[in-house]
Amino acid sequence: MTLFPKALLLLAALTLAACQNPNRYGAGGAGGADGAGGAGGGYVDTTGLGDPNDPRSIAYFNQTVGDRVLFAVDQSTLSPEARTVLTGQASWLNQNPAYAIIIEGHADEQGTREYNLALGARRAAAVQQFLISQGVAGNRMKTISYGKERPIEVCSEESCYSRNRRAVTVLSAGMGV
Amino acid sequence: MKPSFRILPALLAIALGGVVALPALAQDPLRITITDGVIDPMPFAAPTFIDEGGAGDLARNLSRVVASDLAGTGLFREIPEDAHISRIGSFDGGVAFDDWRAVNARVLVTGAVSASGGRVTVKFRAYDVVNGSVIEGAALQFAGTADGWRRMAHKVADVVYSKITGEGGYFDSRVVFVSESGPKNARAKRLAVMDYDGANVQYLTDSAAIVLAPRFSPAGDRILYTSYETGFPRITLMDVGSLKRQTLGEQPGTMTFAPRFSPDGRTVVFSLERGGNTDIYAMDVGGGSLRQLTNAPSIETAPSFSPDGSQIVFESDRSGAPQIYIMPASGGEGRRISGGEGRYGTPVWSPRGDLIAFTKQNKGRFHIGVMRTDGSEERLLTASFLDEGPTWAPNGRVIMFTRETSGGGGQAGLWSVDISGRNLKQIPTGGPASDPAWSPLLP
Repeated sequence: MTLFPKALLLLAALTLAACQNPNRYGAGGAGGADGAGGAGGGYVDTTGLGDPNDPRSIAYFNQTVGDRVLFAVDQSTLSPEARTVLTGQASWLNQNPAYAIIIEGHADEQGTREYNLALGARRAAAVQQFLISQGVAGNRMKTISYGKERPIEVCSEESCYSRNRRAVTVLSAGMGV
Repeated sequence: MKPSFRILPALLAIALGGVVALPALAQDPLRITITDGVIDPMPFAAPTFIDEGGAGDLARNLSRVVASDLAGTGLFREIPEDAHISRIGSFDGGVAFDDWRAVNARVLVTGAVSASGGRVTVKFRAYDVVNGSVIEGAALQFAGTADGWRRMAHKVADVVYSKITGEGGYFDSRVVFVSESGPKNARAKRLAVMDYDGANVQYLTDSAAIVLAPRFSPAGDRILYTSYETGFPRITLMDVGSLKRQTLGEQPGTMTFAPRFSPDGRTVVFSLERGGNTDIYAMDVGGGSLRQLTNAPSIETAPSFSPDGSQIVFESDRSGAPQIYIMPASGGEGRRISGGEGRYGTPVWSPRGDLIAFTKQNKGRFHIGVMRTDGSEERLLTASFLDEGPTWAPNGRVIMFTRETSGGGGQAGLWSVDISGRNLKQIPTGGPASDPAWSPLLP
């Protein structure tokens, strides 16, 4: 009776923190030695995403719906492929309204740090605006730009750059799930 | 680039000629000659300073730092101590100029150090060896604490450099930068400061949050930078003495970055992103309302004040690709000054007011360059896979910047180069580093 509310409070506090601080890269990546860096995930914390076979889970969204779209050099316009992915995202998000959404914008390493921060913000905003146009509530979404600070591929060739120029829709159970 | 190589020897010749007018100069003009655009550095000797009581290792350490400062400019070349045929027995004893001429020293720096109770006193003289006289103004004494001994060495070298080149010094200065560790896709970043030559690295933050692009205040007592500490990029102000920090201009739903102080230290100019669009704003450092300086659907970022505070140089992609513009400090459209091929970014106004340093990206390569404030006389000083983010030495003669190597194992380091394009070298930071910002000359 006394323990239970405490645990709930703690959970609420943790959930709130998860919602307010979008940094899923841990302590600046310093703890990267956990080896979670496979499959293009960088050192992103992938715990707590649920069962990928559960169509209401974050894992399902990430893997089956597709959590990211890619951009051409210096561009923030959405390609037809990107629109298809985002239409699927919007549909899923509208069916699963409890998740909070952070849209991360990223750039490749060609470009200055400041410009890439601004470019990543443009990309995140393009995704946000598209999702809003598809009926996703604006107040569920926040955007953040990492510029060129968090590539997922590390080579210095177009094959890597093309995967780094991305916007990633990151979900958290921040709205009371 | 060629004309620029002539600036420095001319200045050197004028400055030294003005200080020491001597018959020897007429037949041998300072031994500085230009051969295929390369200056012959001026040879100097800096024998170990005399220990006048309690100095111990400090005497040698001090003279080594003085020599390293001078030789590190690329304008001077040290005659190593084992080549000396004369010894300085006492600070006030006579100097056997013939012996120093015989080893081809053009300049001789002698000094003496005494220490007691944690206090250190350094006195020095710089001689024109050919003329056999003390260089005017280059005989001084400094006192300070023992743990500040490197600063005293830098001050000695600043005087010698300044008297011989006619330029202001820059050795007694610090650089704030981002110390990096970890793999490329999970880089840990923390703020650090060091002496201009890479010594005395001290960390100002831990690596819990990404930190980017720190800038010193004009007095060197505060630092502005971009931090992800709140989860989102926010400009942050740190007091260097207490390490206390505060977020500035918190505007929910926006990202703020690329901050820089005004020359009077009261205003911060920065980029604010809202709804995907980035513009330039200004704000009093102490708080208060935001003033929007640009208003365009394009990206406007990387603002930097002119030294008189009247204008701001910045980067915008309103033409379709990033280029450099100058606007009044009160804001406005601005006029474009960059006109060459490629993309231009991170403009920084020289403390002398005459030049803009910038990053240029062209044909898959990055360059650090300088141009006049009207965009003319563009000169590229470096070229590599990735050079960016120039910062000026306090005297406006040297530029430090980030150079990053390519590929999965790529690492960033700090490099410096003269505005002539000479003396390109890496600063030993003890580990990967980026985003340097030079302090003013310390008081």
